Amino acid sequence: MAVLNEEQAMLRDAAKSWVQEKSPVTAFRKMRDSGVELGYDANAWNEMAEMGWAGVIIPEEYGGSDFGYLSMGLILEEMGRTLTASPLLASGLAAASALVLGGSDAQKSEWLPKIAGGEVVGALAIDEGAHHAPEKVALKAEKSGSGYKLSGSKSFVLEGMAAGLLIVSARTSGKPGDTDGITLFLVAGDAKGVSRKRLHLADSRGAANITFDGVEVGADAVLGEVDKGHALLEKTLDRARAGLCAEMLGSAVQAFEVTLDYLKVRVQFGQVIGSFQALQHRAAKMFTDLELARSAVEAALQAIDADTPDVPELVSLAKAKMGDVFHLVSNEMVQMHGGIGMTDAHDAGFYMKRARAAEAAFGNQAYHRDRYARIQGY
Amino acid sequence: MADFGGSDLDAFRTEARDWIEANFPKSLKGKGSMMMREERSEPTPDMDAWRKAMGEKGWGVPTWPAQYGGGGLTPAHGRIIQQELGRVGAYNPIGGMGVMMFGPTLLEYGTEAQKQQHIPPIVKGELQWCQGFSEPGAGSDLASLQTRAEDKGDHYIVNGQKIWTSGAQWAQWCFCLVRTDTTKKHEGISFVLFPMDVPGVEVRPIPLIAGNSPFCETFLTDVRVEKDQVVGPVNGGWTVAKRLLQHERSGLSGAGGGGGLGGRSLVKLAKDYVGADESGRLSDSDLRTRVIMNEIDGRAFQLTAMRAMAESKANSGPSAATSIMKNAGTRWMQDRAELTIELMGHQGLGWEGDDFTAEELGAVRSWLGGKATTIYGGSQEVQNNIISKRILGLPDPK
Repeated sequence: MAVLNEEQAMLRDAAKSWVQEKSPVTAFRKMRDSGVELGYDANAWNEMAEMGWAGVIIPEEYGGSDFGYLSMGLILEEMGRTLTASPLLASGLAAASALVLGGSDAQKSEWLPKIAGGEVVGALAIDEGAHHAPEKVALKAEKSGSGYKLSGSKSFVLEGMAAGLLIVSARTSGKPGDTDGITLFLVAGDAKGVSRKRLHLADSRGAANITFDGVEVGADAVLGEVDKGHALLEKTLDRARAGLCAEMLGSAVQAFEVTLDYLKVRVQFGQVIGSFQALQHRAAKMFTDLELARSAVEAALQAIDADTPDVPELVSLAKAKMGDVFHLVSNEMVQMHGGIGMTDAHDAGFYMKRARAAEAAFGNQAYHRDRYARIQGY
Repeated sequence: MADFGGSDLDAFRTEARDWIEANFPKSLKGKGSMMMREERSEPTPDMDAWRKAMGEKGWGVPTWPAQYGGGGLTPAHGRIIQQELGRVGAYNPIGGMGVMMFGPTLLEYGTEAQKQQHIPPIVKGELQWCQGFSEPGAGSDLASLQTRAEDKGDHYIVNGQKIWTSGAQWAQWCFCLVRTDTTKKHEGISFVLFPMDVPGVEVRPIPLIAGNSPFCETFLTDVRVEKDQVVGPVNGGWTVAKRLLQHERSGLSGAGGGGGLGGRSLVKLAKDYVGADESGRLSDSDLRTRVIMNEIDGRAFQLTAMRAMAESKANSGPSAATSIMKNAGTRWMQDRAELTIELMGHQGLGWEGDDFTAEELGAVRSWLGGKATTIYGGSQEVQNNIISKRILGLPDPK
């Protein structure tokens, strides 16, 4: 893995030991079985916030530690290992990024300290259909008095049930599909006219469809510039995608290691099945692919920290590659575990369900392969 | 990311730039990829001059010790030389197996006398080496080799047959694995050196599917090998050979490589042969997807090479990522070669003649020749065995 500085190594070790002790996969299973509406364990989230994780990319003046995106990625990778469900990605990374990148001083002062402290969960309300398509914004924001009135709906909002702050992409001009004419708004979760419907997804994480029925906001709710929100949204999404990739990397590595352990103990035909070359070579292929994916994910996070111009293409590279590799490893996890892998009592199914949900979030492999090529002019 | 001590390197960059400017013959600009081709042509006087200049400067092997003629520089300096060569379309004329595998191995395991005898001619590009490892019955299972070296007191007499001795028809010296003990497998192998013009060495080139090839069969009949030409301990040659194979594999993985064609990028080829719409988007959506996937694989591979380098520098030991480089690199390059000829259509199937461009003919030969990369230097399957057993700890079958 990437060469870490002392601060990052400490953060990674702290995350590793907390996740292993306090949030093993059994905790995720308990959360799922409890049917909790938020899709995460609120007590665990409080502990994470107390450790400062929600403020890792937030500047110190707004209550964060400003450790950067690679650091945030290290935490998410550890959480991914045990499928820890929490609003860290949606709030501490995605919503916080939007505010850090595009917020006015007043907006940052109002929201960032609360996000850093975990008191408010922020979420991106971006997509409107079954596929990630940040340009396809139909939700309308019309001038109303000195402010705006929002009407429309958003789908598959990650942590939408928990969100106290929604960052909503709305159309202030043009038509769905245009990049111009998109404006981002900060909408309080309890604003009048906001209604949510919880989605029950295969991966058991928190998600909601949200309807905005003539929601009134002031002019000061505009994040960034009117009509010019697309660039800010893309920058924000790239950060969210890179963070999600780090989580996927952790999950995929763990799925692989659990499978490898199983290959070393399961006996058939008088020997451990890991001695069979047919399985050994598939394991070697997965290991190879995981190493390649790790390089892409870490390079994307490092590019964000260094603010280099190749962030978009490196992020799409990472999301496409990581999606393919997590897809493969999660399928192999089930297959190599045989019948036990098909049972709900085993964790393999959790990893496979999570893989598909994470692949689809913020653009699947097809989306990012296309984007990778478009950025480079083909 | 890394701090190499900027000002020293900046000064060195200027020095390198000036020296290359003064010494690189302009007529050779852009000829680098031609030099790498397997078919040999007679060197021109300019080529000879450039090789001599780089050889005397030691910059063909910038990180090798200066006492044997090498550049005595850090890897960072070496990269600057490479960049400055690339900047003006120049190439490094010092190469081959001596540089890639044998030299680094001898520097580690050779005696002082062996290093003084063999390293300087490699540095200067005066001598070519060939590799006498594989035998007809010892391919992936290399340690089963049978070529026998009999101890005759002050020398050995070697009998046997080697195969895939690449470059044997041009080489002046051979590094060779021989059996000095028939009662043990790995512990009965020694690593020996002999000149190719001694009596009893017979070389026959082997034509391959790509046409001409550097590969040969080499027959050894009562070949005399001097005792001071054993590298490492007698019967301890396997350790030396394994290290040499590591150098071979890291060279073969094509780290930082460009698909082996040296010409247009894959995307440019696709646009030229298949077409694009007014926005530049490739018109054939199936090919486009596969081009993208190959581009992504190549980029991920290059990022892994950089990560492995950063990690081994920071941890002063090899990174785990190194073990995947050969399979990942060769898989990527073979896919790329397949895609290239597919993009070219029928033009990508020419064997010879003026109906085809040099680039098209080159693509066909590279596609075919590249199939060897997952066979030699430890086949893809052997690499997967190594990863499963040594890295992943999976057991042998009972």
